[in-house]
Amino acid sequence: MTFHERLQAWRYNLVPDHIIGEILTKRWTDNAIPFLALLVTIGVFGTAIPGFFEPFSLLESTRQLGEFLIVVIGLTVVMLAGGIDLAVGSIFALAAFAAVAVFFIFELPTGVALLASIATGAVFGAINGYLIGYLRLRAFLTTLVTLVIGRAIYDILIVNYGSLIQMSSASSDVWDFIGDGAFSGFSVPVISALVLAVVAHVALTRSRPGWHILAVGGSRRSAHNSGIKVRQTVFMSYVISGLCAGFAGFLIACRLSGAGPGTGLNMEILAITAAVVGGNSLGGGRGSVAKSIMGAIIVLVMNNGLIRLGYGTGTNQMVLGIMLAAAVILDIRWLKNRHKVLNELYVAPIYHRMGETQSAVPDSGTPYALNNRIAHTEYIGLGELEGPEDVVLDKDDHLYCGTRHGEIVRFFAPDYKRSEIFAHTGGFPLGLAIDKDSNILSCVGAMGLYRISQKGEVKQLSAETNRSYTSIVDDARLRDPNDLDIAPDGKIYFTDSTTRYDAHDWAIDSIEGRPTGRLLVFDPATGETRTLLDNYRYANGVCMAHDGKSLFFAESWACRVHRYWLEGPKAGTAECVIKDMPGYPDNINRASDGNYWMAWLGMRTPSFDLALRHPGFRKRMSRRLPQDEWLFPNINTGGVVKFAGDGRIVETMGDLTGNSHPMVTSMREHKGYLYVGGILNNRIGRYKLENADPAWTGPRSYWGART
Amino acid sequence: MAGLQAAGIFRQGFWSQERIVLGLSALLFLVSAIALPGFAEPANLISIVRSVSVLGLLAVGMAIVIIGRGIDLAAVAIMAMSAAWYLQMLNDGWSEAAAFAIALAAVLAIGLVNGFLIAYADVPAIFATLASGSFVFGFVRSQLITQDAIPVPAGHWLEQLGGVRILDIPAEVFIFGGACFVAYLFLRFTKWGRYVYFMGDNLMAARNIGIPVRPMNMLRYVLSAVIALAAGLLTASSLHSMNTRIVNSTLLYDIILVVVIGGIGLSGGKGGMRNVIGGAILIGIMLNAMTIIDIPNIYQNLIKSTVLLIAIIVDSLLNPRDEQTAQQGDI
Repeated sequence: MTFHERLQAWRYNLVPDHIIGEILTKRWTDNAIPFLALLVTIGVFGTAIPGFFEPFSLLESTRQLGEFLIVVIGLTVVMLAGGIDLAVGSIFALAAFAAVAVFFIFELPTGVALLASIATGAVFGAINGYLIGYLRLRAFLTTLVTLVIGRAIYDILIVNYGSLIQMSSASSDVWDFIGDGAFSGFSVPVISALVLAVVAHVALTRSRPGWHILAVGGSRRSAHNSGIKVRQTVFMSYVISGLCAGFAGFLIACRLSGAGPGTGLNMEILAITAAVVGGNSLGGGRGSVAKSIMGAIIVLVMNNGLIRLGYGTGTNQMVLGIMLAAAVILDIRWLKNRHKVLNELYVAPIYHRMGETQSAVPDSGTPYALNNRIAHTEYIGLGELEGPEDVVLDKDDHLYCGTRHGEIVRFFAPDYKRSEIFAHTGGFPLGLAIDKDSNILSCVGAMGLYRISQKGEVKQLSAETNRSYTSIVDDARLRDPNDLDIAPDGKIYFTDSTTRYDAHDWAIDSIEGRPTGRLLVFDPATGETRTLLDNYRYANGVCMAHDGKSLFFAESWACRVHRYWLEGPKAGTAECVIKDMPGYPDNINRASDGNYWMAWLGMRTPSFDLALRHPGFRKRMSRRLPQDEWLFPNINTGGVVKFAGDGRIVETMGDLTGNSHPMVTSMREHKGYLYVGGILNNRIGRYKLENADPAWTGPRSYWGART
Repeated sequence: MAGLQAAGIFRQGFWSQERIVLGLSALLFLVSAIALPGFAEPANLISIVRSVSVLGLLAVGMAIVIIGRGIDLAAVAIMAMSAAWYLQMLNDGWSEAAAFAIALAAVLAIGLVNGFLIAYADVPAIFATLASGSFVFGFVRSQLITQDAIPVPAGHWLEQLGGVRILDIPAEVFIFGGACFVAYLFLRFTKWGRYVYFMGDNLMAARNIGIPVRPMNMLRYVLSAVIALAAGLLTASSLHSMNTRIVNSTLLYDIILVVVIGGIGLSGGKGGMRNVIGGAILIGIMLNAMTIIDIPNIYQNLIKSTVLLIAIIVDSLLNPRDEQTAQQGDI
């Protein structure tokens, strides 16, 4: 190894580049920019304004923040549902007037004033909701007009009744406490806002109505098609916003003990700026209460800070305009380009040096030497199938295979001309196995481990395993469950090939070469899944040894086969039995003569082996070229290899023409025939084996004569 | 049957919004003429048209934007602040040419920025113009001018323009009429004018047939901004000053009211200058009648905004939103 190569190995294997991409997949990264803005805002104004952090100053400024936050949370609900509510400013003012009128003019208790405020908000919100939800008016313009109407009504009320309010002498301790008091430094508005924030957060993220709101905002048409009452949901979002603004209006009424011409003026533009600056998307579906809290603090601190620092008329509007424009542009550009950034950064190749291998060239004399034996097979389902990754035969000789359409197809014995869709699982059924009750078990790509009964009923057995403490992407979820086999005690051993990529991106995992494949076990007795082994380069085929005391599993991108011991002195450990093969191994299955069949999905090439030693090259390739032009492992030639339990290679078969079975991902021996499948093939091949036991079947080998 | 066919006004589809507005205007005119003393006098009629000429001029710009499926909420801010800054520069002793050139350049720039945000940064028009309107007001008020109202310098041509009469009709009326005529020629007989309709009808289809939709989008906001400057100068000429507090008034909603009530659908692609004139006349009669009856300003606001709400509801019933061409986030 040259020094340069060693440097590369250190650089790419020790520096965890992949973490950046994984962090970017997290939705909370959307909050990073608003959070930074929050820190900067507080930092700048906190230092510029003397006494900003003094308890009394904080108490007074947070009082206003509480009211404002309540309004913003209501607006957030509307925005998440895909609308906008400009009328909050008027609702806020009218609700404040309602409270003040009830308290000072009619001299009723504070509770009634609260009810009056909330009722005002609810009625106003319901009007907006009816117009926009049921009459399907444009949200922005409609609430703009109701804002003006509300403001006109408020102005009329203030002109006519303002003096009555000022002359009143009504007072109440409760009213004063809400306006002035505090529980150990927390004023009533702040406590209310925090409670509302928690309730709203839980409701939006954990409740059915909350999900409906997000669904309607995310895609109105899809929400309608999936049975959500879109109009009612939109209506309710405006009612909620009205309620929030109404309650906030009550709070300011208590604080100011009155209502003046300026109450709630321009609140709508402040609130919208807050919601958008926090990172809530216009158009709905993306956003959170946490974002709104950040946005509200930023906007209010900036707004009040500019006033306290003595900047003249107009400065606030100028800054608000800039903030609103910048936040909207950032939001829209980020939403549009996020996946591009992610695509650029996510692939983080590492250095890997493949071992020297024996030749697979025909007639080279090595055990791996390819021949043309499976070029001429009898085709089953030619043209009807797309992507039979694995094939399996039951005790009645029927043949099952998965397809990329998420179906399991059954071909009927004896001639396999007729077929039916046995079950629909969704996803992409990959590895198959038959248990002792003749159920079909399948690793469904991108979904998990599934059991299909003889009647075709699909049941999910496992979709997650234990999560490791250091993972950033959710490695509890099964992203690429690939192959499985069943131990004599009924436990199901299966592989999850990678935690970095979804099932359909398996080829990109080969570019990266990061060892994240796992061997897992599902225990039907407890229903739990555990991770047994980790850090393999694309863990693939699994096969129980003939004696049931160990299992073999393939590590595709490392071209190795490992043996994991279930019993005996080495129980719980794995050892490598075959290394440095010339092909990439896929599924492994039992052979009738006590050996094992292994599929090669493709052959190593010197060029790709070289590329694996140059992670920088692969990184540049993944950033600068379209995926069609990347250098991938060769999958144009595959093969079938028979090996003994000790790792000795018995024989190798191939299709040098590439016409019948270029990429082989599985093969299954049954009554003297070998059935060959390929994930990118459109057929299953049936090959007559010489010297094979014509009575041997898989189910009998696993479960004995009784099945 | 022949009798029914002849009675065309009962035919379905006859009552388009435009005809309803004309009918309403006529009705309102008749009722006002009979009920209100002094309403039908020529002087009052002239003052009606004169009172809506600034509003109508702004509505011409807004109509061009809305027909292309957009909206310009910055129009009033641009109008008031560009004119105020222009007057401020004159008062500060700048030469006429320099002050005008700078004001015009600023207005073009803000129109370009609006258009850029909407066409290239994909910001919804309402937000882009809401933000830019807030910025324009804030920036000019805090940085460029010294007080809320800026007077027209004595002897300036704007002062004289306010007094010009042709055949006893104030010059504003001709300016409004001329703007309508030019905009009519632009929309009907120029390629770029036709593009406005195509883009308002279906932006993606317009893009697919090769219309340069992004530059054309910018053009509309630039036109709207330039018209706003003209409206600002006109206001200054008739009031002899520019009061920037007008930005906080309901003028913006009055403009939208004129356009929508005239029958230009907010979903774009429909309407023309006839609708602007119709809407402006109806609103002019309404405002004039309310003033003669002596309804206080705050009640007038309530009535106008309620009428606008009704107009929007009727608009949404007559021109229902097309869910197929409406875009996600098109609020």
